[in-house]
Amino acid sequence: MKAASSQTPLATAVYDPLARMSAGDWLKRNLFSSVWQTLLTVITAAVLLRFFWFVLDWGVINAVWFTSDPEVCRAATGACWAVIVEKHRPMLFGLYPYDEHWRLVLMMAIYLGTVVFSLMPRNWNLRLLVPLWCVAAVSIGVLMFGGVLGLRYVPTSEWGGLPLTMLLFTGTVLFGMPVAVLLALGRRAPLPVARGVSVVFIEALRGVPLITILFVAVNVFPLFLPAGVQVDKLLRITIGIAIFFACYQAEVIRGGLQAIPRGQYEAAASLSLTYWQTTTRIILPQALRICLPAITNHIIAAMKNTSFVIIIGLFDILTATTAVMQDPLWRKFYVEAYLFVAAVYLFFGYALSLYARKVEKWIASGRV
Amino acid sequence: MSQSTSMQAADAPIISLHNVSKWYGQFQVLCAVDLDVRKGERVVVCGPSGSGKSTLIRCINRLEVHQEGRIFVKGLEMTDNVKNIDAIRRNIGMVFQNFNLFPHLTVLENLTLGPMLTRQMKKADAEDLAMHFLRKVRIPEQARKYPLQLSGGQQQRVAIARSLCMEPEIMLFDEPTSALDPEMIKEVLDTMIELAQSGMTMIVVTHEMGFARTVADNVVFMADGRMVESAPPEEFFGNPREERTRTFLDQILKH
Repeated sequence: MKAASSQTPLATAVYDPLARMSAGDWLKRNLFSSVWQTLLTVITAAVLLRFFWFVLDWGVINAVWFTSDPEVCRAATGACWAVIVEKHRPMLFGLYPYDEHWRLVLMMAIYLGTVVFSLMPRNWNLRLLVPLWCVAAVSIGVLMFGGVLGLRYVPTSEWGGLPLTMLLFTGTVLFGMPVAVLLALGRRAPLPVARGVSVVFIEALRGVPLITILFVAVNVFPLFLPAGVQVDKLLRITIGIAIFFACYQAEVIRGGLQAIPRGQYEAAASLSLTYWQTTTRIILPQALRICLPAITNHIIAAMKNTSFVIIIGLFDILTATTAVMQDPLWRKFYVEAYLFVAAVYLFFGYALSLYARKVEKWIASGRV
Repeated sequence: MSQSTSMQAADAPIISLHNVSKWYGQFQVLCAVDLDVRKGERVVVCGPSGSGKSTLIRCINRLEVHQEGRIFVKGLEMTDNVKNIDAIRRNIGMVFQNFNLFPHLTVLENLTLGPMLTRQMKKADAEDLAMHFLRKVRIPEQARKYPLQLSGGQQQRVAIARSLCMEPEIMLFDEPTSALDPEMIKEVLDTMIELAQSGMTMIVVTHEMGFARTVADNVVFMADGRMVESAPPEEFFGNPREERTRTFLDQILKH
């Protein structure tokens, strides 16, 4: 029997965890809660609107999209996206012979397809990946070099643009990551020789600018080779960038290794596992999961360090754009050209970043 | 140490510590410890914290290195010789206070890793072995789970099963129930009692005196790095010889 209440009960509001705030309530609480916040909201909104209107006006409404006459672009007040349409081939492919660009397109398709396939956890099976990468490497080599199957031979000194960036990036990561792991393990090894070598290597190469390392790799290293032995310049510079990358990654990985509790080593020892079995099956899987965000950082940076290839006279996508925009007819529209390059870098960098976040989620849910 | 006749070998202790001492820097943590353990014997090592009991059993499988004295396991001496260390470790299973399961592997993978890598077992055989021991510790349904999804008591039982998968002759327990809730202590102790009844040689460092009374053949009391007293449980609990033992028992049995 309910008792008649003369007063309203104290707590009538019942908290419903599934209830969502209405839009009006959200706006009121987060944007207009006080006088100062309202003022700030209005000012920020005004600035943002002004900016977006400018972008819309300059980039879309008054922009010139297709023309081969730079005068049309000069006459217009908006962006000249036509410069990209005009110049996209040398920007994307550098000095590579014009008629052979189809080979580069095919190469990029094979490369991206292989990479995307390899990044999916369900394909993480050495028996699947090793042959795949061998086939991909051979076909990319054939496509880029030529000289066989009736294809015209193109030496590495004429490679450039986005494919060059991709190759340098892949070489850096594929060669650099294993070296990074070995350096990190070496720095923590009980053997004083391994430890000494790792420390000297890491500290020396970390403390020196990348461009110096690359100069040494390109100009000084051949002096140590016996007469007549020539190592391709592109290969030399790739190894230089890869080793620099490896030294930074080694310290990141060492941080992850330090986070593994001693009990893991002891459990592995009590099961009679050898050093390498313990390291590859127990320690590294845990350490790499721990330092994944920092590893991703350096991998994205490695993608941008590929621009250093200019010191041996090769033009990656950024330096090719700079060179192409020297054209006096189109020189005025360098902003649009660089925005395009920035968009390409942003696309790949963001893709890497999204993938890394996905991997972190998989780790957290136990799928990886 | 001669292992001549088989008759003599049957009586010879499976683990033998002679005059073992260990220092951490200047601090002496083990002082001239002598211990003989026969095959199938169950030894409980107890004592106040800092007495060196964990260090003692960790010396037996070389997780700690002793500076003086000699340690023999199944006739092999424990020295820097890597082959000896490896041969000895294969015969000893260890269960730790904080379980030390591999968190990135499932329970089944935790158990099959050792046999597959060190005994070159095929995956199917290793999994059969693993399920056999999981059934023995009464948690076969947890095989596909990750360690962090299990309770403490279940994790410790997985750890026991993991050591058993190596089919050792000796099991070392370093305070196996000290990190567990009281409710889970019972399930782990029951597992250990069953193991003891199956004839396994066990050295258990623990504060669980009930377990010592039920299962132990010999109770060893350590204090300040020395072995103070060593006696069968009736004698140890009923009529301790040393004063130090009496003080310890008073403290620990008060509640």
